[in-house]
Amino acid sequence: MDKIVRMQARDVNFYYGKQHALKGINLDIFNNSVTAIIGPSGCGKSTFIRILNRMHELVPSARISGEVMLDERNILSPEVDAVELRKRVGMVFQKPNPFPKSIFDNIAYGLSINGVKDKRLVEERVVESLKKAALWDEVKNRLHDSALGMSGGQQQRLCIARCLAIEPEVILFDEPCASLDPISTKKIEDLILELEKDYTIVIVTHNMQQAARVSDYTGFFLMGELIEFDRTETMFTSPKDKRTEDYITGRFG
Amino acid sequence: MTMKRQLKEKLIEWFFLLNGILVILILGGIFILLLKNALPAFREVSLKDFVISPIWNPDAYDKPTYGLLPMLVSSLMVTVGALIVAIPLGIGTAAYMSDVARPRVREIVKPLVEILAGIPSVVVGFLGIVLVGPFITHLTGARNGLNALNGSILLAVMALPTIISLSEDALASVPRAYEEASLALGANKWQTVVRVKIPAAASGILAACMLGMGRAIGETMTVLMATGNAAAFPNSFLGPVKTMTSTIAIELGEVAYYTTHFYMLFAVGLILFIITFIINVISDIVFHKHTRAQL
Amino acid sequence: MKIKAATLKEFLGFLLLRLCMLCVALIIVVIFYDIISKGWGSISWEFLTQPPVDGMTKGGIFPAIVGTFFVAVITAVLSVPLGMGCAIYLNEYAKDNVLTRFIRLSIRNLSGVPSIVYGLFGVALFVEACHFGTSILAAGCTLGLMTLPLTITSSEEALKTVPRAYREGALALGATKWQAIRSNVLPYSVPGMLTGTILGLSRAAGETAPILFTGAAFFLPDIPNSIFSQFMALPYHLYIMSTQHHNIALVRPIAYGTALVLIVLIFLMNLVAIIIRYRLRKRGIVHG
Repeated sequence: MDKIVRMQARDVNFYYGKQHALKGINLDIFNNSVTAIIGPSGCGKSTFIRILNRMHELVPSARISGEVMLDERNILSPEVDAVELRKRVGMVFQKPNPFPKSIFDNIAYGLSINGVKDKRLVEERVVESLKKAALWDEVKNRLHDSALGMSGGQQQRLCIARCLAIEPEVILFDEPCASLDPISTKKIEDLILELEKDYTIVIVTHNMQQAARVSDYTGFFLMGELIEFDRTETMFTSPKDKRTEDYITGRFG
Repeated sequence: MTMKRQLKEKLIEWFFLLNGILVILILGGIFILLLKNALPAFREVSLKDFVISPIWNPDAYDKPTYGLLPMLVSSLMVTVGALIVAIPLGIGTAAYMSDVARPRVREIVKPLVEILAGIPSVVVGFLGIVLVGPFITHLTGARNGLNALNGSILLAVMALPTIISLSEDALASVPRAYEEASLALGANKWQTVVRVKIPAAASGILAACMLGMGRAIGETMTVLMATGNAAAFPNSFLGPVKTMTSTIAIELGEVAYYTTHFYMLFAVGLILFIITFIINVISDIVFHKHTRAQL
Repeated sequence: MKIKAATLKEFLGFLLLRLCMLCVALIIVVIFYDIISKGWGSISWEFLTQPPVDGMTKGGIFPAIVGTFFVAVITAVLSVPLGMGCAIYLNEYAKDNVLTRFIRLSIRNLSGVPSIVYGLFGVALFVEACHFGTSILAAGCTLGLMTLPLTITSSEEALKTVPRAYREGALALGATKWQAIRSNVLPYSVPGMLTGTILGLSRAAGETAPILFTGAAFFLPDIPNSIFSQFMALPYHLYIMSTQHHNIALVRPIAYGTALVLIVLIFLMNLVAIIIRYRLRKRGIVHG
């Protein structure tokens, strides 16, 4: 039973200078589900996910063609404001990147740039986001300590809380556990499964078990091409393409 | 709402762009103002006389002459003299710091060189008068220690920090693989430094020397204080000279504004600007070759 | 036999390099030893707080210290905002295009323009065209332009030390570019910029050639009372005392004392800059 398509890439091509980094990508992202993007390093998976909230624009030599639809609107069109888009499509990065502020201020920052000024409301939202990110119990007594004093896993959950506070619809995870230990990874994965109920999630990972554990759909990228896209179960039990099979059985990558 | 914010962002970006463009305007402005104040000089003096006349005597009673040559030669003389001292000493020190010195020694010498770079030229000029001058008199028996040799020594001191730190950067950026390959072939460290590292860093070192030269030729206070400032055509390193920079520094204070002499000093300044500009552009090109060769 | 020759050569070669280094070190030591040993005797509370008296053969250098300070303030007022603005453009906004390359080329060339040429430019622009006259304002502006390349370069260095993640993190939360820069880049680079600014000012404080004709005065009994006044400055005072005074031999101790005060001042400014940088590194905000 397929769900509603929330985002859709239509024939996306992407170039870094002369390098053709993404070749004609067509991919659907379904509402309230987790879509995993897997593939070996350099296959374009991180590039792809950054296009979904136009973070690719930070690279000066980048060129892009094709369309990325979000609710029937092409987000790549110049009329769409990247700043507005990023409020709807949030992102969590590979390395936890809390700002060197207090835990509270990290979350309040996103609210303040989005115009939430009312102190009571800010406080409410900070607490709520921390709870949603399963971090509240660990930090409730030290909200005003520096975020840099937290463990890596806590920092990453803080980044997730920071993202949740501005109430996005889609959350992009770019290898969120790449720099974390197994226990922290488990916590993040549990969190993703929990968040799936309210949000549409895309996660890039080089860890196939992780993709299998958390995602409903999986896309396999290889050298800038989308080789295969299917329900995760199907993909991991009966891949259609030989290259997908080779990759998920660990023959390369 | 979105429109207003985008407009605000654009305005902010333009504001900073304007800041960037200002730098170009300042450089252009220096050139144009020098040119504007130099051109009237050639209403009375022909450009040809300015270039070939061997005499600079603006105060002559009957007919003032404005020859660039004596001061151009003086400037080149002290600069070349400075480079003869500073280049070997600078490259030697850089090579020592990058390839021979133990980390402890480097930790001491590096800040020392930075301190040397921070000493104002007027202090170095002062030491030229009180220290180097008497020393030269003592050594050579010259009548006066304030001469081209003194200026050269001081300019070498002024150019040394530039040459040392940039050469050291160039040597440090030579890929380690080159060094290891040479050592693995049985070369000793000295052979590696001389035959592999210095050639590999050559364009960076050259750029360093050119920048040092640019600094030396434009240096004012040291030469003003230590070279004796005689307007005659220079004939020896033990004789006094008057460089382009000191001529401007001395005479702009005495001249009546908006006279031919005043404009002439701007013409000298313009020549100085053009010379240093060319040196900088060349060293820039050389340096970029160096960084591209690294890739 | 052949190996021995090579080893000998290596020994001699390294000896040569060590001699080069020792020679440079000796120069530095001699400079400091001479000035400190001969200048020390002139330093007294009076020397630092009194104006020169008796045809500048006695008294102190107070007006020169104050003048140098006033000019440094004007220099900072001009070069800090302009330098930071330009650095922000180059590091945050500029694309890799012809204009950017042109700006960078201009900065490198500006830093190579001889100081006396800045002096000429200051005379033509600030003293004459802007009618500032020979004044603190004209001299400060001239020095401000002269230190601009240094301020830009060091401000850009400071901006570069702020991790990309801070910018990306803010942008991903829906911050506009300027919001990200203002709240997540500038606060962490301001101390670094401050370091560069102090270094630039220490350079400016020691410069003589640009102020020769833009406002420095031979002798003023009183401290300046407006930015349109002329002023005494430490480096210019040293120049006067060592070459222009009518009795140079008599005032030599004053010259040494002035030189010592000048280099101590510059050394202190550098020290402050280094301490700021060190504390930053320790706090872990500056990475690398």
